[in-house]
Amino acid sequence: MKPKVLIFSGYGLNCEEETKYAFELAGAKGEIVHINDFIDGSKKLEGQILAFPGGFSYGDDTGSGNAFASKIKNHLWEKVLKFVEKDNLVIGICNGFQILTNLGLLPALDKKYGVREVALVHNDNARYTVRWVDLKIENNTPWFSGIKNISLPIAHGEGKFYAPPEIMNLLKKKKLISARYCHDEICKLQNLPANPNGSLDDIASITDETGRILGMMPHPERAIFFTQLPHWTYFKKKSAKGRSSYERKPIPKEGHGLQIFKNAINYFKK
Amino acid sequence: MNSRIEVCYKIPDARSRVRKNDFFSNGFNKKIKEVFIVDVYTINKDLTKTQLVQISSMLSNPVFQDVSLTNPFSQKKFNYAIEIGFLPGVTDNVGNTAKEAIEDLLKIKFKDQEGVFTSQITFIDGVITENEAHQIGLNMGNPLIQRIHIKNFKDFIKEKGMDIIVPKVNLQNKTQVTQVNLNVPDEELKIIGRQGIKNNDGTRRGPLALDLTYMKTIQNYFKKLKRNPTDIELESIAQTWSEHCKHTIFADPIDDIKDGLYETYIKKATDEIRKKKSAKGRSSSGRDFCVSVFLDNSGAIEFDQKYLITHKAETHNSPSALDPYGGAITGIVGVNRDAIGFGLGAKPIINIYGYCFGDIKINYPLYKDPHLKQKMLPPERIMKGVIDGVNSGGNCSGIPTPQGFVFFEKRYQGKPLVFVGTVGLIPKKIGKKLAYKKQAKSGDYIVVVGGRVGQDGIHGATFSSEALSTGSPATAVQIGDPITQKKLSDALVKEARDLNLYNSITDNGAGGLSCSVAEMAKESGGFEVELEKIPLKYPGLEPWQIWISESQERMTLAVPKNKWLKFKKLMEKRGVEATVIGEFTKSKKCLVTYKGKKIMNMEMDFLHDGLPKRPMKTSFTPPFHEEPHLKKNLNFNQITLDLIKKLNIASFEFISSQYDHEVQGGSVLKPLQGKGKINGEASVTKPLLNSKKAVALSQGIYPTYSDIDTYHMAACSIDTAIRNLIAVGVDPQKIALLDNFCWCSPDDPQKLGELKRAVAACYDYATSYGTPFISGKDSMFNDFKGYDEKGNAIKISIPPTLLVSSIGIMDDAEKTVSIDLKNPGDLIYLLGETYDETGGSEFFNLFGAVGNKVPKVDAKKNLKLYKALYRSISFGLITSSISVTRGGLAVALAKMAMAGMLGIKIKFNKPIHLFSESQGRIVVTINKKNKEKFEKMMKGNPITLLGKVTEEKKIIINNKDKKIINLDLSSVLKNYQSTFKNY
Repeated sequence: MKPKVLIFSGYGLNCEEETKYAFELAGAKGEIVHINDFIDGSKKLEGQILAFPGGFSYGDDTGSGNAFASKIKNHLWEKVLKFVEKDNLVIGICNGFQILTNLGLLPALDKKYGVREVALVHNDNARYTVRWVDLKIENNTPWFSGIKNISLPIAHGEGKFYAPPEIMNLLKKKKLISARYCHDEICKLQNLPANPNGSLDDIASITDETGRILGMMPHPERAIFFTQLPHWTYFKKKSAKGRSSYERKPIPKEGHGLQIFKNAINYFKK
Repeated sequence: MNSRIEVCYKIPDARSRVRKNDFFSNGFNKKIKEVFIVDVYTINKDLTKTQLVQISSMLSNPVFQDVSLTNPFSQKKFNYAIEIGFLPGVTDNVGNTAKEAIEDLLKIKFKDQEGVFTSQITFIDGVITENEAHQIGLNMGNPLIQRIHIKNFKDFIKEKGMDIIVPKVNLQNKTQVTQVNLNVPDEELKIIGRQGIKNNDGTRRGPLALDLTYMKTIQNYFKKLKRNPTDIELESIAQTWSEHCKHTIFADPIDDIKDGLYETYIKKATDEIRKKKSAKGRSSSGRDFCVSVFLDNSGAIEFDQKYLITHKAETHNSPSALDPYGGAITGIVGVNRDAIGFGLGAKPIINIYGYCFGDIKINYPLYKDPHLKQKMLPPERIMKGVIDGVNSGGNCSGIPTPQGFVFFEKRYQGKPLVFVGTVGLIPKKIGKKLAYKKQAKSGDYIVVVGGRVGQDGIHGATFSSEALSTGSPATAVQIGDPITQKKLSDALVKEARDLNLYNSITDNGAGGLSCSVAEMAKESGGFEVELEKIPLKYPGLEPWQIWISESQERMTLAVPKNKWLKFKKLMEKRGVEATVIGEFTKSKKCLVTYKGKKIMNMEMDFLHDGLPKRPMKTSFTPPFHEEPHLKKNLNFNQITLDLIKKLNIASFEFISSQYDHEVQGGSVLKPLQGKGKINGEASVTKPLLNSKKAVALSQGIYPTYSDIDTYHMAACSIDTAIRNLIAVGVDPQKIALLDNFCWCSPDDPQKLGELKRAVAACYDYATSYGTPFISGKDSMFNDFKGYDEKGNAIKISIPPTLLVSSIGIMDDAEKTVSIDLKNPGDLIYLLGETYDETGGSEFFNLFGAVGNKVPKVDAKKNLKLYKALYRSISFGLITSSISVTRGGLAVALAKMAMAGMLGIKIKFNKPIHLFSESQGRIVVTINKKNKEKFEKMMKGNPITLLGKVTEEKKIIINNKDKKIINLDLSSVLKNYQSTFKNY
């Protein structure tokens, strides 16, 4: 049976459709649910995977992810806790990651869910920034299973990861840092710095202690097709010496971000 | 009781650092040491201590922020504190969110007059004077919409911080309807038309922009009715008849053209193209793809068997001159509603932008008044604000913004042009209904959804139908609220539309309800509105204000009575306010009542079609410009570098990289291409995740060519807009165009003559290329009338500007060709011919010259070439391609090289032609093994093998074995990126 993914929408979240598409392409059954439908009970918080997609909930007013998290706390907190206590998966992408940190679902040290311990603050350039980044996978969350390096796009104004020193030490000690920005393929190609926003310790993604709850600033759902890559036209027409056959190879249909969604589906096949 | 909650960072705040750098670049580097920002929420409501503690904790994040309820934050020492907050009635998005979050947190409701208001304090530690503090305050805030409150350290300590200020709107209006006496001499009629209805205190309400001909027509109409009009009736007519809404300059007779420019040239071109294409039959590849053109808020073409693509571009010039951020965000969010308001509602899927600013390197202060009190914002400030506004509007709405341009010319200093556009996606059918058709029926409820009505944006339509001058109303300024609109948009186009809950929908833009209701009532035949039912932001609005206010984020719908409850419930569940304000009728009457009293009672026919035609006469004298005397031994290396860093050619990566172009997952060809991240001319986006089909977008704009001949200016803009799409791989038979005319001085026969020539070119070239116009808009009054530094009256008019936006449908996104060179050894070809056409070019501009040899377009020759190139691309022969535009061939080659970080080595015979801007040219590269195949495919077209791509990172151009250009790629790239490096 296909695992069921519920994807939050409403109040300015805006990546729900492509996130649902990515999950379905990877083999899940997806449903987009408006937060108010959870609140009034017309939709149940069920299934195996819960996704907080990217977007601009409440326009980032009062701090990115803050107002949406507050709404969840006011109305859905018990239900969300129940969901995460099961052997389920949760992902927060970009604005979703900001919501998860405001909810205290990440990093939830000692599994104390509900306390704000880390934050995503204004980028060092104090400006919304759109580009591609290279990531090095750092822990063994099921979400990143089998991936060592991956390049994905970012688009955010408040993505600088911050944690006070004592929390930072615990994140490292408990191996909760799941991905760091690094200088790899895309950065070399376009001559870009590795860290796009000034994140402490180059942190792009963290998990809770179970590894089942993941937050990440980059957008894997925007890297599921070959044609989404920033250099796909280059690959397609590149015919360097000794690789002249490359041109004739069929174009891969996938972008590497899809693997993250496949991993989530595979988690429930075990 | 008012409470003040202050929040500040306890870790380094990037905003403070960036602000400090801004101050430094404004010359305060020696006077300012530190900058510190505190965010303030002022709550106007009785709350308990416990409640306030709860609120404080919600509005701040303990991980990195401190929050205070009682003690004001400040640095231990500082020089001045500058607090900036909104003036009463200005949209405060953060304040509104905070209010909503507090209501949700405490399960309480704010009453009508209660609210949350945000402000921000900037503490400056340094040695600035009070005057300088005021100057900094004015650089950060805008007195038109914001209060700027300054305190020095001593007063701050003495008075225990800044003051609690609640920007509550307090209107003392009696909310009465007055009669306007039109039985007055013509002189008085003129004044009413120009300055507005007289208030009791003698002041005027602001421009109606009705000239004497119109005023006399209105006078006669009411004479027949044996009464005077009410203020709301006169205001309503003014909105509906405004140039902004009726486009009379395009509609009225001009010289011997009886049916006007629009019918005779623009619409006729489209009609003829459609007829010709239809003759090819439905299955042919070149068949007519237009579905709904010039009828609705956007134009629509066929995308695939199930979907249509809509497109529309707008301008928001006058408001952006006064409040660049507010003007631009309102513009982009507003044009999104042209998608949402198309048919039964299209989903906005791509935004485009285009900016024409004054020269940011020139500092030449302008004033609105002779006493030099009201200073116009300088071009750089306008640029930053506009860029920010579209950033917020586009990004917050979750709509990708991949395509745009920026153009600088000193004559845009008085009035910048801010173009914004939105592409939408809509299924052809919803159930059995055609989704691109709408029909309000008699008996349907008139329903408004979205934002509430305030005084913001009153007289926007009539204001933009005049030159910018002292009388320009501050209430014309608005600030868009993308999140309110996002909720509205999602609830409509993702839910209500597909549940078939309404019969018609339109946007509330210029003229507010007065235009949207009256316009939609054409479908049913009349309307009746109960004005007191319209939800207001605050009490005290006069009826005429409610009717014409342009408060944003509102749509008007026709909802059948039996579907109202279901519709209302759905909107409530999505946090969207929906209100019945009246009923559509078939009475042929426009009826408005206020608290039971009839305050407007006019015939639909008069309101819509009562305006008399005003024939226009034009003249045209071709201008002559001195040809520049160029040195014999020009330094071509230096010229190339100078061109590449020109404002109109240099990298605007700083804009592209702050506008999300990947959201919705459809990005194919991004705004920055290749290793060098070069701004391309076109972008490609896949609107449906499960389809290979794509939409390609581009534009053409050559304002400086207007100085020579607007006919060729328009021809070049059209050719460029088309060619830019051809270069990325679009089929020339699947391209449609939008026209946006921004003109000046329409009372000057010469300017009208120039307009006529430009529009005639639109007909000639659209029909020659077979590319229909599907939507368009014009803005005719782009003049600034004010004063210079010495108090001398001056008028600055923009160069006549035509933006041609192009949209093309691609069958296979994977056929897209990018501009970057890819393989050393690839052959470089120039397609098309180069002539001595340097008039109006960037090259001549380097020498301060205009010249006379403006590029001319041979559409027949070009189309043949474009078709051949399309075939070559379809066969996969082209490895890279670039359309030759501003700056000419040398610039195009340099961009290809920088994008691929590979060199070029070519031969070129006429050095000066490297900078000619001749149209119809594309540079392509191919793998040398495809030489024969390619040349065969291009046979019969002018193509030139220029040279090849090299491993060595150099641009080498030889003329008869002499190196005329020999540049290191790194230095070219450095120049290209240098212009906007610090933005």
